[in-house]
Amino acid sequence: MSNIILKIDNVQKSFGGLKALSDLNLEIEEGKVHAIIGPNGAGKSTMLNVCIGQLAPDSGTVTFHGENMIGKSPHEINQAGISRVFQTPEIFPDLSLLQNVMIPAFAKHEGAFKMNLLCSLSNESAIQDEACHILEDIGLTAQLHTHAGSLSRGDKRRLELAMCLVQHPKLLLLDEPTAGMARHDTNKTIELLKKIKERGMTKIIIEHDMHVVFSVADHISVLAQGTIIASGTPDDIRGNPKVQEAYLGGAHL
Amino acid sequence: MKSPTIKNDMFVMLIFSAIILSMPIWLKPLGAGYPDLLQKFAIFGIFAVGYNILFGLTGYLSFGHAAFLGIGSYTAVWSFKLLTMNVFPALIFSVLLSGLFAMLIGFITLRRSGIYFSILTLAFAQMFYNLAYSVLTPITNGETGLQLARGDARIIDRLFSDAGEGLPSTNFFGLEMSGYSGFYVCAVLLIIAFFISQRIFHSPFGIKLRAIKSNQTRMKYTGYNTRPYLLTAFVISGMYAGLAGGLMAATDPLAGAERMQWTASGEVVLMTILGGVGTLIGPMLGVGIIKYFENIFSSLNDQALLQAYSFMPDWLANIMVTITSPFVGEGWHLTLGALFVLIVVFLPGGIMEGVSLIKKRFSKTQANTETGKS
Repeated sequence: MSNIILKIDNVQKSFGGLKALSDLNLEIEEGKVHAIIGPNGAGKSTMLNVCIGQLAPDSGTVTFHGENMIGKSPHEINQAGISRVFQTPEIFPDLSLLQNVMIPAFAKHEGAFKMNLLCSLSNESAIQDEACHILEDIGLTAQLHTHAGSLSRGDKRRLELAMCLVQHPKLLLLDEPTAGMARHDTNKTIELLKKIKERGMTKIIIEHDMHVVFSVADHISVLAQGTIIASGTPDDIRGNPKVQEAYLGGAHL
Repeated sequence: MKSPTIKNDMFVMLIFSAIILSMPIWLKPLGAGYPDLLQKFAIFGIFAVGYNILFGLTGYLSFGHAAFLGIGSYTAVWSFKLLTMNVFPALIFSVLLSGLFAMLIGFITLRRSGIYFSILTLAFAQMFYNLAYSVLTPITNGETGLQLARGDARIIDRLFSDAGEGLPSTNFFGLEMSGYSGFYVCAVLLIIAFFISQRIFHSPFGIKLRAIKSNQTRMKYTGYNTRPYLLTAFVISGMYAGLAGGLMAATDPLAGAERMQWTASGEVVLMTILGGVGTLIGPMLGVGIIKYFENIFSSLNDQALLQAYSFMPDWLANIMVTITSPFVGEGWHLTLGALFVLIVVFLPGGIMEGVSLIKKRFSKTQANTETGKS
């Protein structure tokens, strides 16, 4: 058995009377791409929100590299090595693409706070090169100095992915990276995900598009009504009748 | 690489210094070349340039920066009373004390953002304003304002000479703080203040502040503890305001509580927005325009208007005077208000947006002619 990088233990979370997560248990292996699928409202995004410190669970623990993450603030969790791509792209719309990617690179190199008030930005060529390099990988070099706010939705998503990748996170959380994308863009994203898979970064990916899931995932867990109902390799999940019942409404894949 | 280089920054600095230092010359034909007003330009310039570090970079709209102006002034006058008439120590104390207060106020108010932050800063400023009239009267001398007296201790000055006849005047190591020499002291400080602000704007720190303005949520999930960044910006702008307040007392050694009223905080907001929020030069332009209107337009009267229209036939001149007179003299607020509305509606980025629009159009036509040639 290989290393467990993230362990979600008995996590519960309710919003008023609604139980979003109930007794959620999940283990993520290091270096694997772990897909989470499930119907709308199953608690997938809530689970990610708990992992990055956006939401505090009612009970249970989230352990990352053996360290409890509950009660830590979002920036501490990011500094520990978890980055997230949001469902609606969270970028810096008023800054240029290059600056958008330089900021997370600074966070990685300088930590949560550094008072370098009087240094010149033009002396930071190492950070700049790194940011350019990642943007090249993603295919956004043409617009290095345009404002990120003017990008198309698909490009904003790719930019956000670049912002996460430049930090070389130990664990990358992707919340529906291809939602609302045209087929062509989806394929481009799949290629990209496969490319970064080779770097051995652990990933949790939430996705509705089964084509994407079965192209990139090593392991699939199915979430329904706030708890994991099945977990296994893509082939296991494809044939699991329980999954077909809960998620696919009985239809065969 | 498109981002500003060090060479480019130096060039801007040189131009800026030249323009500021030559103000007595080129403002003379505009009727604004007298020392009192020049000093005001420089002092409010420092205030606005500092305010822009907070408001322009982080987007946090403080309505309480006049409090730091007041703290700076009172501190400076106390330094004149107790230690020496030299403004150097007075300004150091002004900056340090207002920085200290900024840290305390910022620590509390920066727990909130948006309108709640604005209201909290406003509340603090009004609290200081009212305290100056009531509980703190022993320090602020209430409504009369804190003034110099012949019998003040002035410990350091006494070491060198006896108290002379009449009130001593402020100086910067012997340089008089009134008149043109006072303006040049203020101008040099403004240039230093502008230089520091320019460095902050083009530092990694500055760009992180811009990122907080753009999307604070993303900043947190990108591994930044945003509160200390905001607090640093708040303290720096508070120190700038303290320096401005200290200089006000240095050029005119009297500190009154009206300096801390919310209208004074509002004025610096107007200056910054008018010139261009988040631009380096914008706030300075805003200061120039508002102070010019306040001092020059307000002194125009019907007589002056008639003179200006003297080239017209009498009947037309009379009509023109009737039309324009509500906009000058005591009506200068009307002109300023109309100008402000026009700028915010048509150029939300302030005057600097207009400048960059013109620049863009100019370079476009230039590019067109070049392609036309080839």
